[in-house]
Amino acid sequence: MSDADPARPVPFRGGGFRPVAKRGTGIVVFLLLLALVEWGTRAGWIGNLTLPRPSDVGVTLVDLARSGQLWVHLIPSLTRLAVGSLLGVTVGIGVGVMIGLFSHVRAGLVPLVAALFPIPKIALLPLFVIWFGIDEASKYALIALGTFTPTVVSTYGAVDNVDRTLIRMGQSFGLSWLSIVRKIVLPGALPGILSGLRVSIAIGIILLVAAEMLGAQYGIGAYVLQAGSLYDLERLFAGVVILSALGVLTSAIVGVLERRLLVWRG
Amino acid sequence: MDLTLEHITHRYSDVPVLQDISLHIPAGEILCIIGPSGCGKSTLLRLIGGLERPDSGQVLQLGTPPEGCLNPLTYVFQDFALLPWRSVGGNISLVLEDHGIRGKAADAIIADVLARTRLSDFRNALPRQLSGGMKQRVAIARALAVNPAVMLLDEPLSALDAQTRELLMEDLVALWTRQPFTGIYVTHNLAEAVRLGHRIAILSRRPGQLREVIKVETPLGDRHAGQPELESLQARLWQMMKDEAVAADQELLNV
Repeated sequence: MSDADPARPVPFRGGGFRPVAKRGTGIVVFLLLLALVEWGTRAGWIGNLTLPRPSDVGVTLVDLARSGQLWVHLIPSLTRLAVGSLLGVTVGIGVGVMIGLFSHVRAGLVPLVAALFPIPKIALLPLFVIWFGIDEASKYALIALGTFTPTVVSTYGAVDNVDRTLIRMGQSFGLSWLSIVRKIVLPGALPGILSGLRVSIAIGIILLVAAEMLGAQYGIGAYVLQAGSLYDLERLFAGVVILSALGVLTSAIVGVLERRLLVWRG
Repeated sequence: MDLTLEHITHRYSDVPVLQDISLHIPAGEILCIIGPSGCGKSTLLRLIGGLERPDSGQVLQLGTPPEGCLNPLTYVFQDFALLPWRSVGGNISLVLEDHGIRGKAADAIIADVLARTRLSDFRNALPRQLSGGMKQRVAIARALAVNPAVMLLDEPLSALDAQTRELLMEDLVALWTRQPFTGIYVTHNLAEAVRLGHRIAILSRRPGQLREVIKVETPLGDRHAGQPELESLQARLWQMMKDEAVAADQELLNV
């Protein structure tokens, strides 16, 4: 290197490609969007029939809560979602673990699950009404079946992904089969099972609304359908807001579970 | 408890990996098995511990394991194999629970093996908080907890850096000096073999055959890094293995 060459700092080329959590950005985007719509509807460049005024939707929500109608619709919906998805997820995890552990079960059930998965479950509602009656049972069954298939798929995938060296370690120390399953396979599969749960419950909410739209007097789905057929956009949107709040809430619950149960991942 | 290997032959779907291996491992001795990569040393260890079945030949245990031995043939793995969701203490308790050892009895054993591996302060730490060397010491502590008759060490130091490796070698020697254990130590690192082996078995490249067993006379406690006689022994081993290693390297390229 001659003295004539000036010293230059090496240009930085790294960085990026690493999403970082930015607190509050999501809320800011959401509020901005709301403010934009509010402004548009007040100024008149968004028509009354295009979008309702966000403040009106808010007022509708408050009225709904005040009159007690909110609970009349929300409680049946929550019960259906809870019972149906609890059933589907429990059986799904059970079957998924069995598929992961036993070759015969895998050979027998994987094709069946693959065949069930793509069926739009809502198409089966009439069948379920015949099988389980017009009441709650058919809705439970629909939500249960809808959450069952994705849970099975994510569970056996999670069991397959458990580190085989850990299982071999368990065998080498003479652990019983049951101990290996309980202490190595299940905890090892838990992260995969929980992330599958997010998908399953979201599908459960979609099916809940669909089932309520097809045949229910009360429930968020029924409420949205009524509002829609009357072109009451404020109430329609109030219903939609409740549904997305439900989605955010269930996802947050799974998040809490993950933080509690998967402390070891750090 | 002694171990004897009789004419062990093994193949993986038509590819022979081990051919007619016979060995005797007397109690209280560490046998190092070295050989070029892919010669089947790790397979041999899995056969010895009963994690795989040989196609022919057998592994025999001579005599009964000592009293209080929970798991006669106990492994220490290259990648530690610690449960990430259990603390250091929990990982050790894992191998005791199945033998009905819980509560105070388990506590005493865990405290003892953690003291022997100098890990007492880390009983409640999770594996992700530990360095590689510490993780392997936890795995060694776990192996000691079941009071094994034979320790099967599968490249236990290969995932560690050179300095940590040196420290752990000293730890292993100290453990052996305090309470001699029978060990089968598989490695590709000749320096580890000359430091830790009472005898060193050299395997040929695939299919692995026993080429030679060399006895190292210097007592374990008197061996140090850079000792001339160990260095020359290591050079001798390398001479014996070099051509094989080159051939094995070429072979892998053709697979």
